[in-house]
Amino acid sequence: MKVKEIAEKLGWQIIYGDGEREIEGGIYCCDLLSIVMGRAPSDSLWITVMGNVNAMAVAALADVAGVVVAEGMPFDEDALAGASKGSVTVLRTDQPVFAAALSAAKVLGLK
Amino acid sequence: MSSNSLHYHYVVPGDDFTQAGKASSAVKQILKQLGFNPQTIRKMSISLYEGEINMVIHAGGGEIDVDIDDEKITAVLTDRGPGIEDVELAMQDGWSTASEQVRGLGFGAGMGLPNMKKYSDELKIDTEVGKGTTVTIVVKLAS
Ligand SMILES: Nc1ncnc2c1ncn2[C@@H]1O[C@H](COP(=O)(O)OP(=O)(O)OP(=O)(O)O)[C@@H](O)[C@H]1O
Ligand SMILES: [Mg+2]
Repeated sequence: MKVKEIAEKLGWQIIYGDGEREIEGGIYCCDLLSIVMGRAPSDSLWITVMGNVNAMAVAALADVAGVVVAEGMPFDEDALAGASKGSVTVLRTDQPVFAAALSAAKVLGLK
Repeated sequence: MSSNSLHYHYVVPGDDFTQAGKASSAVKQILKQLGFNPQTIRKMSISLYEGEINMVIHAGGGEIDVDIDDEKITAVLTDRGPGIEDVELAMQDGWSTASEQVRGLGFGAGMGLPNMKKYSDELKIDTEVGKGTTVTIVVKLAS
């Protein structure tokens, strides 16, 4: 499933990107950047509360399919520029991380 | 030395977190354009990013030299920061001296050097306390 489709199905806001990438690496949740860098599968959907420019660099370099900023956390200008530079699709939801992951897992049909 | 080698040089400003990762992103772009396989690109991107960030948060910035030849990609990261007192300890999962401020940005898990070890084919750290650190990362090209 494409990132934009999951956004549509769950009513999550698309903050940046076209959402065209397919989620093929499952769902990954963590906020500490070097753990994400080392462990997030490529093509995964990464759910985090870290909506900053450094998180966008990690998302691009770890090559995740998209980022979900959970808990309605802020996403500033620098982060937006980072998402643009790295061509990262970013979604936002008010749901907490676990609830967001659970909803995404249901939509993706993960068990 | 191979005749077909490319060189790139980057200056990494210290303590500028909005710029951090810029050199790694640029190198990733180059590797993509050169048509390397995704696994090779991923290995170099992750290793180089962790090294770049370490220069920014622990050493006040530095310089990066990247060499690409027929067999491998080599990145040399040089800084004049405080150096690393105990490299063996620094290499351990979870060891970090990151400040509260940078932890707030998501750094400080103490996984940067372990990631570099895991994703590079060769990792060399030359460091002297009070003088600085030179980190050499090699990723071999899959034949
Ligand atoms: N270039 C450097 N100059 C001085 N000290 C360094 C340098 N690189 C690493 N260190 C030291 O080694 C420790 C471990 O580095 P490592 O990258 O593994 O973790 P971290 O940077 O603290 O956190 P993380 O990378 O998980 O965000 C650092 O906390 C720091 O004390
Ligand atoms: Mg680090």
